[in-house]
Amino acid sequence: MVDLIYQLFPYAIAFTIPLLITSLGGLFSERSGVINIGLEGLMLMGMFVGAYVISSIESTYPGTAVWIGLLAAAFFGALFALLHAFACVTLNANQVISGIAINMIASAITVYLARFFTGSGNLQIIRGMPRITIPFLSDIPVLGRLFFTQTYATTWLILLVLVLATFLLYKTRFGLRLRACGEHPHAADSAGVNVYLMRYMAVMISGACAGLGGATFIVTLSGEFNGTAAGLGFLALAALIFGQWKPWGILGATFFFGFASTVANVSQVIPVLAQIPGIYLKTFPYVITLLALILSSKSSQAPKAIGEPYDKGKR
Amino acid sequence: MSVFAVILGLIAGAILMIATGNNPLDGFYFLFRGGLMNIERVGNTLATATPLIFAGLSVAFAFKTGLFNIGGAGQMLIGGLCATAIGLTFDWPKPILLAVIIIAALIGGALWASLPGLLKAKFNVHEVVSTIMMNWIAYWIIFYIVPQYFKGPFLETESQRIPAAASLKVPWLTSLFSGSFINLGFFLAIIVVVISAFILERTTLGYELKAVGYNRDAAGAAGINVNRNVILSMAIAGALAGLGGATFYVGFASNMQIGVLPAQGFDGIAVALLGANSPWGVFAAAIFFGILHTGKGFMNAMTAIPPEIADTIIATIIYFAATSVLIERNWDKLLKFNRDNLLRRKKKESLEVEAGGDQ
Repeated sequence: MVDLIYQLFPYAIAFTIPLLITSLGGLFSERSGVINIGLEGLMLMGMFVGAYVISSIESTYPGTAVWIGLLAAAFFGALFALLHAFACVTLNANQVISGIAINMIASAITVYLARFFTGSGNLQIIRGMPRITIPFLSDIPVLGRLFFTQTYATTWLILLVLVLATFLLYKTRFGLRLRACGEHPHAADSAGVNVYLMRYMAVMISGACAGLGGATFIVTLSGEFNGTAAGLGFLALAALIFGQWKPWGILGATFFFGFASTVANVSQVIPVLAQIPGIYLKTFPYVITLLALILSSKSSQAPKAIGEPYDKGKR
Repeated sequence: MSVFAVILGLIAGAILMIATGNNPLDGFYFLFRGGLMNIERVGNTLATATPLIFAGLSVAFAFKTGLFNIGGAGQMLIGGLCATAIGLTFDWPKPILLAVIIIAALIGGALWASLPGLLKAKFNVHEVVSTIMMNWIAYWIIFYIVPQYFKGPFLETESQRIPAAASLKVPWLTSLFSGSFINLGFFLAIIVVVISAFILERTTLGYELKAVGYNRDAAGAAGINVNRNVILSMAIAGALAGLGGATFYVGFASNMQIGVLPAQGFDGIAVALLGANSPWGVFAAAIFFGILHTGKGFMNAMTAIPPEIADTIIATIIYFAATSVLIERNWDKLLKFNRDNLLRRKKKESLEVEAGGDQ
């Protein structure tokens, strides 16, 4: 049993990390007052851009291709999210419909382009992110084996982003303003905050994070773009809600979901786990999110102005 | 509003075709020709449109009560599972079997969607979030139930094919449209469009549902049971999507694939937006999307354009349907501006003429 946990842990963490960064992206957007159902599509865009960039340059730059791919995915994720920001902030569109449109545009256009580039619609990368074992730290009993062996550099990068994001949201002027836009945009505006600009930035940050999340999934776990994000973006959205729109809550939620998904994925080959029906493990994140919504219905931590287009004229 | 969104969607498609080195005129010619060029393709267009009609009606019905049902995909899956399960289990004469299949799909979808309705009514859980969660719960239920109980003979990832008696396809209709996918589901869709229009426009139920949608508080103050109507509206929306699932999985197709959320569930949102949430508008919009989806394969065969162009156009239409209020407002402003300019110029001219006449 202990060995099993040691075996599963690296995979569970690898599965958690793309969810974590995507969910953090959603946190920025929703905390500024813009619902982001388009996380799935933004992630898919990151997967496509990451896989395309890496597969086309990895023979020339074998070492750095992965990092360039991640960077490109974050950049194009932010660019693609601009479409959502433009609809929600400038055009006062229905944020849910715009998010759905983002998902549909992403899944149509990425496959369209992938087919145009390769003919098959799949983009494979040869070299993913290498697994590294951190010297000294990996010698710590128990924890060393769980957290510091077989890790990816992206895992540490994204955990760093988590710490930075928490600091940014709760300890800086930018974060306070951003959260104010999601709670009471009119008050924020009268205090001199440019609500439109803050929301644009927040949505673009969410796009960059989700794009990075998608590409991270490609370079660590899947190794290929095949035209779908398989619900990872929606899982990240569930984690955002289950984590009650708080960074550390999101970390806990994504780890829960990542672990459950990993157990479900490998349960077929490990006898001990085969007894747990996969159906329970796979539906667990969604069922528990529904339960969390019911339990928190009286005291929801959701941003108060979420989903409302900001109209200066109503101040 | 709808016309704008469609035009902008087609323009976006044209831009994408040009960007990938294709001639958009050829592309659109083959796209529409592929959807309409002969009786078989017309049949396929109608067959493709059938689940879209149901999915669109589902979204539109919930919209009328101020609810946003994006759980159409999951409701279709559950409806399809009920239909497939009955079709594979019972060996009854076709008319009875089909009737039971349709009722089972309807009930399955209705129950599946009434849970988010209940959560909305009792706990004020936002239906957008809960229907997303329900979609993925349905996705994983199908993923595990189908291989376990209805596994096909060749592949782990699909169910057995349903017998001919359980299919909505009937020989006379198939041969009338020279071998197309069209099935009884299309006629069911027409009947349901008529019933939906009747319920919404002519009954107390429809009046109450719409009243709740216009203003919840006012409806409550007027003695309408808001919670009951919220649950009922979601249940009806789910029943419609469940029927759509039946027409897709035991009509258009003959088995269920696992690991796929049916795209029609989301296309239904586009259909409802484009059809302005009216039953006949939904019908027309679904046929339009049916043409795009049926024609894309032909276009792909005749040109180098990947078939996903149709999905891109539909997705862009949704995007612009969401944003078109403002675009339309600006367009009106532009028109007014031009008209004012024109009037001013005319006035000026006539003044100049008058001034000229005085001299």
